[in-house]
Amino acid sequence: MSSPASPAAAPQGADEIPTLDRVDLRREFNEVGIGEVLDQLDRELIGLRPVKTRIREIASLLLIERIRNRMNLTSEVPTLHMSFTGNPGTGKTTVALRIASILHKLGFVRRGQVISVTRDELVGQYIGHTAPKTKEILKKAMGGVLFIDEAYYLHRPDNERDYGQEAIEILLQVMESQREDLVVILAGYGDRMDKFFASNPGFRSRIAHHIDFPDYSDQELLAIAELMLNDMNYKFSTDARQAFTRYIALRKAQPLFSNARSIRNALDRMRLRQASRLVADLDRVLSADDIMSLEASDVLASRVFSK
Amino acid sequence: MRVTQGCFSFLPDLTDEQISRQVQYALEKGWAVNIEFTDDPHPRNNLWEMWGLPMFDLRDAAGVMMELNECRKVYGDRYVRMSAFDSSHGWESVRLSFIVNRPKDEPGFRLERHEVAGRNIRYTTIPYAADRPEGARYGGA
Repeated sequence: MSSPASPAAAPQGADEIPTLDRVDLRREFNEVGIGEVLDQLDRELIGLRPVKTRIREIASLLLIERIRNRMNLTSEVPTLHMSFTGNPGTGKTTVALRIASILHKLGFVRRGQVISVTRDELVGQYIGHTAPKTKEILKKAMGGVLFIDEAYYLHRPDNERDYGQEAIEILLQVMESQREDLVVILAGYGDRMDKFFASNPGFRSRIAHHIDFPDYSDQELLAIAELMLNDMNYKFSTDARQAFTRYIALRKAQPLFSNARSIRNALDRMRLRQASRLVADLDRVLSADDIMSLEASDVLASRVFSK
Repeated sequence: MRVTQGCFSFLPDLTDEQISRQVQYALEKGWAVNIEFTDDPHPRNNLWEMWGLPMFDLRDAAGVMMELNECRKVYGDRYVRMSAFDSSHGWESVRLSFIVNRPKDEPGFRLERHEVAGRNIRYTTIPYAADRPEGARYGGA
């Protein structure tokens, strides 16, 4: 809600003089509370340097824009539509959720909800089905963020009668005309998104922020694993950590490696092995520490090591 | 004659800003907002036609306003109202209803007196607009 500047604050009664000519940036920064969101982003998301830099930039722009608004320095609502490209498991969805809360804190989206959809929810199955379906989703996303995962499936180049095109047209229209009501984030794997944008130039030009998610390094993957374990109240023993470092190196070399997602799956399998190891010896008295820690044997039993 | 049905109908017509605030109020209460239209303003005509489906699970009024503008494009010469439906147990009915669009010219109602048995009289109201066929009542297509 932008409230008109109060006339009482302009004693000279001059027309062009801003009502507010000094701003305490730090106070403004604290008031909005993005500092803590950004810190949380740094803490909870490992790596992703370029992504964090870009989010910081966007957050700064929005903060300044907010102040400019208060000073009556009118400018157009900045375009906030984004595209996230990157390999599987690099954190695109997670970041989209964070972005929504940042935009909400800064007052650039009114409600801050994230509606996450794929092709199925936007495109209909017969003529006349697509438009209501797409509009329904758009209406739900109003005031928040619409996150379209694997956006390139919207466009099927091999079938020119595909209803996806209709959904794309409605999306483009709303993205342009209701920029202040809705932020659209498209996400998908890099190469396919490039093809998608090449065949839909309208999308590319309506999206201001193209953010590329890099793959994680081995150390980052280990840190992610520790963070996930910590959240689940588990921990690695020293041996297990070393074994897991080897596991990461081996797993990365294998096909279908999907970054943090593969790590999560590996951890889930290790929890299984730990549980069956503990249950195998029913006469043992367990301490909390036993239950919490994953041993090297849990890691080394993985198929990855058998090759 | 100005038709006064539902909330706010004795006030000047609501602006879009005001409509949007009312819709937001309804959404925050968890009510589903419907858009309905008609060209038969008889007070006992309760069942207006619906513009699309009731809008469940919306968070922000902008979505409803988008539909309202679409509806106005097509039926701008008719009465359009919003109703907010409360689905919670015990209510299960419309909680708020107000007119958001009306024809430019509202001719009003004719009162007919039927002289029946004895010296009794029965009264009937008929909108002048209803003399013409549906769709052509307010100079529309």
